[in-house]
Amino acid sequence: MSEVDMSLARPLLEGVSDTGAGGLKLSVQPLRGMVTLRADLSEASVAAAVKAAVGSDMPGVRKATDTALWMSPDELMLLMPYGEAADAVAVLTEKLSGVHHLAVDVSDARTLFRLEGSAAREVLAKGAPVDLARDKFAVGDLRRTRISHVAAAFWQSGDGPDVFEILCFRSYAKYLWEWLEESSREGSMPGVL
Amino acid sequence: MLLIDCPCCGVSGEETEFAPGGEAHIVRFGPGSSDAEFSSYLFDRKNPRGVHFERWRHAFGCGKWFHMARSTQTLEVFGVYKADVTTPPQDILDRVEAAKAEGRVK
Ligand SMILES: [Zn+2]
Repeated sequence: MSEVDMSLARPLLEGVSDTGAGGLKLSVQPLRGMVTLRADLSEASVAAAVKAAVGSDMPGVRKATDTALWMSPDELMLLMPYGEAADAVAVLTEKLSGVHHLAVDVSDARTLFRLEGSAAREVLAKGAPVDLARDKFAVGDLRRTRISHVAAAFWQSGDGPDVFEILCFRSYAKYLWEWLEESSREGSMPGVL
Repeated sequence: MLLIDCPCCGVSGEETEFAPGGEAHIVRFGPGSSDAEFSSYLFDRKNPRGVHFERWRHAFGCGKWFHMARSTQTLEVFGVYKADVTTPPQDILDRVEAAKAEGRVK
């Protein structure tokens, strides 16, 4: 693998947008290390490897922990500080030696947004076919789905009330940023969630 | 609007989270088959008004393929089942028969 020039690593978008409705704030999160892990998630050895690599218990179906996101029945996205992904891959590779798996550093493939504010779930509900009622989608719940026309995953963070983290492919980031801004405009909330 | 429960990841979603993959259980005819068989394999599709067995993919979700039996007329979903079978499971066929008996589908 080629050397990564860390001085070039930067989020695709900079900035914070206070778009008004319900005190909504949209921001691009600093770069995070990201590792895709594909394996049989029911195996104890896989859970132990995840624990060793990022300190997280195995997330349940459609759940997120601080450092591990459930992506599909055989796929996790692991989060760590930017630049530590290679170390995490090394730990996974060592712990899963002899176990069928795939662990890849994908830190630069995606952009992470944060949308916070009391209307955040209404904004997401405009673009994602997901039941975002408060009793149906709470802290730790995650969906891998679409927002508007693009593939995305989002989950409710425990960092505060109504804080959502949104992950999308870097090449869609500008589109999604503009969509989220547009959908956050004052006076555009249905006011049902 | 189709409401679909993905049999692979368990998510309940609506159809825009999924991608249709066309008619299911098509028998493949390859080298050595007659022109009519090969043509049928490539081009002939049922397109019924009623019960249809289809392939679907949870495209924006877990990414997995699966099968679904539904009514093209009412969008009733009779059931979803694994991708790696060549015929629908009996419980789904039973549900289709029950819907026919009740007149919900032809
Ligand atoms: Zn699925």
